Amino acid sequence: MKPFDYQRATDADSAISLVSGDPEARYIGGGTNLVDHMKLGIAEPGKLVDITRLPYDSVESLPDGRVRIGATVRNSDLAAEPVIRQRYPVLAQALLSGASGQLRNLATTGGNLLQRTRCSYFQDVTTPCNKREPGSGCSALEGWNRHHAVLGASERCVATHPSDMAVALAALDADVLVEGPDGQRTVPVTELHRLPGDEPERDTVLRHGELVTAVELPSLPFASRSRYRKVRDRASFAFALVSVAAAVELVEGTITDVRIALGGLAHKPWRATEAERVLRGAPATEETFRAAADAELAAARTLRDNEFKVPMTRNTLASVLRELTRQEGS
Amino acid sequence: MRLNLTVNGRAMTADDVWEGESLLYVLRERLGLPGSKNACEQGECGSCTVYLDRVPVCACLVAAGQAQDREVGTVEGLADGEELSTVQRAFIDEGAVQCGFCTPGLLVAADDLIERVPEPSDAEIREALAGNLCRCTGYEKIMAAVRTAAERSGGTSGSGSSAGGDRT
Repeated sequence: MKPFDYQRATDADSAISLVSGDPEARYIGGGTNLVDHMKLGIAEPGKLVDITRLPYDSVESLPDGRVRIGATVRNSDLAAEPVIRQRYPVLAQALLSGASGQLRNLATTGGNLLQRTRCSYFQDVTTPCNKREPGSGCSALEGWNRHHAVLGASERCVATHPSDMAVALAALDADVLVEGPDGQRTVPVTELHRLPGDEPERDTVLRHGELVTAVELPSLPFASRSRYRKVRDRASFAFALVSVAAAVELVEGTITDVRIALGGLAHKPWRATEAERVLRGAPATEETFRAAADAELAAARTLRDNEFKVPMTRNTLASVLRELTRQEGS
Repeated sequence: MRLNLTVNGRAMTADDVWEGESLLYVLRERLGLPGSKNACEQGECGSCTVYLDRVPVCACLVAAGQAQDREVGTVEGLADGEELSTVQRAFIDEGAVQCGFCTPGLLVAADDLIERVPEPSDAEIREALAGNLCRCTGYEKIMAAVRTAAERSGGTSGSGSSAGGDRT
């Protein structure tokens, strides 16, 4: 690993000036992804600015019904928060389905959002990868691409976003609060991550030096009936092949409102707006669920090894909707 | 830097520490505590699992600078002198150890589980140990050891070790 300087930030302003003034500097939170990248040679920061002791480690219920999650709240602590378990079970379930206990105890809310793809070619510095080395080519396009994207990919990159938490946040219409050298801004989590396009090296819309300080959840009362289901190769400690985050509002057998996001399918958490459009106002029937999944997956483009993701998504989405609407009606 | 931290209940200091070296390196090479093992160095295998402020983490992913003034519990802190902890004794009695490289991490993870969940189901044991890889045993003996440790702890107040600190 390349040697680097380490500085512990005591307040956000000094952290931001330390990083924004130095193109080689990076923030470090739990380190569960960045430290890996430094050991693998994917990232070689000259300076790490430790933000884990900034005052962003609490979960607050705001007077208007929103919930603000500090950026340094650990994944395991967030999953255990009573307000999250009761009002946003989809988020608690997503958090607990990610990584291992040891990693959830280190990983932060902000860091989880900003983790990078686990594409095996991205992580192997001996192979071409446009995300790691722009212009070098994409090894996954013609390579082993079972885990890769079927929605929103480009000729340059077919990587998927690995986070479970971010899929739940996308379904919940969460906002990301960001501070940078030019002040504060709010980015909807659905707009934080990018599709690869011609610049797969850019995972998010954040600029160098910008710091995630919090995530805010809207009130969304019907999210108390929500689910996260993750399909993977083994029961624990594996990334999603396909995942579904969903919340449904049901009135007398009709779906009056719904939020759905899909994981494991795209370069970003995939908000399923086409499926939502089909479902909203429709009866909660198997036919509706299948039509919703088909509408969303109409744009799917599969690769050699990942065709299975399309029927797997269709079945998983229908199953989650069945479960949510059955429970709501019972 | 001068690193100050509490390890297994004792205040410890190490000088000339590079902030960027891992907590695991500090424990093994500077503080004379080689119980925590160095294997994957990527947070995958769990052999370096220690308590950090009372929760289990992979010490290979924590920078020394991040451990300043914090409380660490290692596998060396599980036993009370020569008296093995309930989890350690159960691992021996059930034959849950073969090469032994993963054992320190598993002991800390199992100690934490029984502290949090005094009567764990098999599913809870499997999930709690998901971040600890063993390439010898096939896990069955490890499962048996954790069940035995939980039974012997009486399903009440944990395993009797104090490595994780007072979490009540």
